[in-house]
Amino acid sequence: MNYRHIKKFALLAAIILSAVVSHFSGGWNQYHLLIIITIGINIVLAVSLNLINGYTGQFSLGHAGFMAIGAYVSAYLSTEYGANFLRLFGGHAGALAIALLFLGVLILGGIAAAVAGLIVGVPSLRLKGDYLAIVTLGFGEIIRVIIQNTDAVGGARGYSGIANYTTLFWTFALAAVTIYVVVSLIDSTYGRGFLTVRDDEIAAEAVGINTTRYKVVAFVLGAFFAGIAGGLYAHINNSINPQGFDFQVSILIVTMVILGGMGSTPGVVLAAVVLTLLPEFLRWFAKSDLLDWLVRHAYQFLSPEHFAVAAAKTKELFESRMILFSILLIALMLLRPQGLFGALPRRKASR
Amino acid sequence: MSQVEFFQQLINGLSLGAFYALIALGYTMVYGVLRFINFAHGDIFMLGAFLGYYLTPRLMPHFPGALAAVGVVVVVLLTMALCALLGILIEKLAYRPLRARPKLTVLITAIGVSLFLEFGGQFVFGADPKSFPELIEDRALGSGALTITKGQVIAFVVTVLLLVALTFIVKRTKLGMAMRAVSNNATAASLMGVNIDTVISFTFGLGSALAGVAGILWSITNTTIDPLMGVQQGIKAFTAAVLGGIGNLPGAAVGGILLGVIETFVGGSSFSTYRDAIAFALLIGILLFRPAGIFGRMQVEKV
Repeated sequence: MNYRHIKKFALLAAIILSAVVSHFSGGWNQYHLLIIITIGINIVLAVSLNLINGYTGQFSLGHAGFMAIGAYVSAYLSTEYGANFLRLFGGHAGALAIALLFLGVLILGGIAAAVAGLIVGVPSLRLKGDYLAIVTLGFGEIIRVIIQNTDAVGGARGYSGIANYTTLFWTFALAAVTIYVVVSLIDSTYGRGFLTVRDDEIAAEAVGINTTRYKVVAFVLGAFFAGIAGGLYAHINNSINPQGFDFQVSILIVTMVILGGMGSTPGVVLAAVVLTLLPEFLRWFAKSDLLDWLVRHAYQFLSPEHFAVAAAKTKELFESRMILFSILLIALMLLRPQGLFGALPRRKASR
Repeated sequence: MSQVEFFQQLINGLSLGAFYALIALGYTMVYGVLRFINFAHGDIFMLGAFLGYYLTPRLMPHFPGALAAVGVVVVVLLTMALCALLGILIEKLAYRPLRARPKLTVLITAIGVSLFLEFGGQFVFGADPKSFPELIEDRALGSGALTITKGQVIAFVVTVLLLVALTFIVKRTKLGMAMRAVSNNATAASLMGVNIDTVISFTFGLGSALAGVAGILWSITNTTIDPLMGVQQGIKAFTAAVLGGIGNLPGAAVGGILLGVIETFVGGSSFSTYRDAIAFALLIGILLFRPAGIFGRMQVEKV
């Protein structure tokens, strides 16, 4: 059994495992289930962004925009046309019919996002570094403003009444597929081209690699999976609104990629898990008796009214995930820019 | 659109553009010497507004009656000084250790600093919008068909004065000459005895001071401030800098005015709900079709 077979076997095993676990997840705490599903969605987002940012070296800040397109397109299709589709299968909507419908709208959402990825990928041919980052950020925001002005999907109020199709099985099966596709692609002869674009674009071009095509493929494929993640997100939350896909979400995914190490899929998967759980843990900690106890002892020298303010602020600090992420980003860049598992780029020979 | 309406929009656009110009200058100066986009610059603008918010009620009572104008100057100068200090500090702590590293590392750090100021600001000041104290009474001047407020006039005049001062600093002083030298070729400048670290600190200080003034001017005319206000204004000012040609000082001023006017006219048209997307669309358009901006020169990348 060679490496390629092991990968296929692992994919199959992961899908079966998610089906089995999903089957027994019925009695779980709904909140815990939601967190676990969020982990899966974030894995899809981080692994797909890693293809663009990590492997191909095109720093994109617009992943939330692609996610938004996937979420809105799939939610719109399943809500407006879902009932008609299920009627084709006779009066009762079986599990198979729902599965077909859900997979269908997810893929259509992914395709819509991929088209947007194509549109964003084209400017990436001319821009790099800072400029590309700010242009992708701009595209993400433009997508959000357009959705905000589209009345068919509720505009700024958001779009609600979305069926709850996302299950643990779908999330983790699709996360496994995303990982499989990205890893196989990068391992393939064709896929090595992505790395050359990142490492030295000029040298890559000089040896006849079509760098333009690689950049566009990275954006299209990355956007496709972000769209799928958006579809999963929409069908677990009853309603979605444009604010749910703003700049902060893109930053969150970027932080996962950077923490994991740009260009390391295992690192990025681990970072997605850690960065989804960490805010939840801190939120739990903020409400816990332990923090109460610590606060009582640490601030005992304060007068009662100052104590109340200090205690409330301390709680707030633990609940604010954005402060945590910003400090994490700065600290990582200063102390370990390659992330947990990434390799530092090879030092260029001095001239 | 009637003629009166046209001139009204033009006036509003010019005064809005003056803010963008002030912030854009900071982006452009930093880009000129370090070749990187200081994402946190818009947040210095926000901090300028908040410094004004906290300083005004503490300082203004010491300047009663006719002395009020002196008080305003003191508040503005103090805000400028504190913002400059903050800008220098950020550069020293976050950007300087990374100067020899890949550009992407610095970019990500800048995003981190920006987020830290925004959400740290939200934590310290509270997330809810605050109403800015009346530092200068922002009343309408004259009673004709056109409305010009005192705040708009002051914003415009201050911007022009600061532009003149900045031009003087950059063209006529020794540090300004050093700035231009570093911008032209940092290695050569350092070989000629220019202290690069001093120049970079000075550039950050100057740009941050301008952003601080912009924060106060903005708050006088817009009256409500919040910790995330720097995000939108920062990106718009950056667009202005790119529009004029990044690294080019007069370009930043012209780009700011132009963006302000364009935005006001779009805001007054039937596309008003897309107003916030204008800056982005414009930015993408320029970067795709004329990345050097209006005044910039195209540079050929050497291998």
